[in-house]
Amino acid sequence: MSKKTDSNVYTVIFAIIMVVIVGSVLAYFATSLKPNIDENKRIEKQQNILYAMGINENDESSANFVAASVAGKEFSKFVKEQFVLEVKDDKVIKLQTRKEYMDENSGQEPYLIDVKKQQSLAKEGKTRKLPLFVGEKEGKTFYVAPIYGKGLWDAIWGYVALDQNMVIQGAYFDHKGETPGLGANITQRYFMDDFIGEHLLTDEGDFKGVTVAKGNNDPKNERKTDYKVDAIAGATITGDGVTAMIKSDLQLYVPYFQSLKN
Amino acid sequence: MGLLSKKDTALLIDPLADNNPITIQVLGICSALAITAELKASIVMAISVMFVLALGNVVISLMRNIIPSKIRIIVQLVVVAALVIIVDLVLKAFAYELSKTLSVFVGLIITNCIIMGRFEAFALGNSPWRSFLDGIGNAAGYGLILIIVGFFRELLGSGTLLGFKVLGDPIEKSGLYAIGYENNGFMLLSPMALIVVGVIIWIQRSRNKALIEEN
Repeated sequence: MSKKTDSNVYTVIFAIIMVVIVGSVLAYFATSLKPNIDENKRIEKQQNILYAMGINENDESSANFVAASVAGKEFSKFVKEQFVLEVKDDKVIKLQTRKEYMDENSGQEPYLIDVKKQQSLAKEGKTRKLPLFVGEKEGKTFYVAPIYGKGLWDAIWGYVALDQNMVIQGAYFDHKGETPGLGANITQRYFMDDFIGEHLLTDEGDFKGVTVAKGNNDPKNERKTDYKVDAIAGATITGDGVTAMIKSDLQLYVPYFQSLKN
Repeated sequence: MGLLSKKDTALLIDPLADNNPITIQVLGICSALAITAELKASIVMAISVMFVLALGNVVISLMRNIIPSKIRIIVQLVVVAALVIIVDLVLKAFAYELSKTLSVFVGLIITNCIIMGRFEAFALGNSPWRSFLDGIGNAAGYGLILIIVGFFRELLGSGTLLGFKVLGDPIEKSGLYAIGYENNGFMLLSPMALIVVGVIIWIQRSRNKALIEEN
């Protein structure tokens, strides 16, 4: 006995109706929620930058941002300037202030620059824009730079706060889809806090970066000038990704920091 | 009991032990390997799967008489993917922090074979209420194994439970570590999840001989 649901015509019509319904429902949700989602992402970027500067609500062991409701206020209070460096062939060719950048880009704030897009521009040999946030807290100046790279499964990114000698003052890392319990732990305090105090430059002023190293026999991270932090067990590739993005992205800021000294 | 008949109760209880989706039907192994390095991730995954499976089972069951059998697997996939994406979008808009914790699991939920398995084996032939119970029961059975595996992997691999250092501090050499105990880093790698699941299967079958397949 053949049921009516077995006929080809019924199957095709069912498929078409299903796709139209599901497609429109998803499109409706995606477009109607987009403003909320974008706003959440914007606030998160402010929270990330503030976190790297050490403005956060960390308790003993876990990492907590400042509340979303006060992020905007704190951001304008602590972040004094947002520079945009234009880099071509690893050379800084122009330095824009926040005001100059916003005049040129119809009021877009420099912290909203899409780091991933700028990376692909650089790959095509074009000029890329690098944001650099200068913050002040308790009389100390922080230079916060965004970094972006890839982990095991998907994108990883972060913000690193430096002092004028490119010594790391704070770091925040995040990821899109690293393995829970392993690579995903780059967002944990015990990993991020290890970077604080690590040097990026050698005594001669050459850029060396920080390597996420296995078995460096320094679990308490007491050696701050060994250019190494302790890796997470079972997260080798994510750790390598962190090493790589620190190296490739922060290196581009070296000329700026040299110009600070002169 | 008024609400649940004996048969309905069996739908909830059976998957916990004698018809467990992981240890008996060997479904959902992939996610059991991937996310059980920590107890917290196991719990989050168990709750997410319960939500999606119960809801998806009801939706499929409501549609069971109009789904063309030739494309039923595609229909099932579309239903579960749409559900998961809507939940993800709503969380991103209104509970951003929570969505960040859960977003990693979204892909794993869609590809979880338990979901497709229950749609195919149960929801297509049963009423929405019974399908709902079946979804809850199977997700609970799945979650139970996940939590057991997560418990042992986190305890033996990292010496913590839900992030608390229950065995002492390995760096400060306090607690158990003071007498020479070491974490077994191997527990954090996926193969050990398989071995832990294997041990559970072994214990279960040695206690209930009826579960042993004849060769």
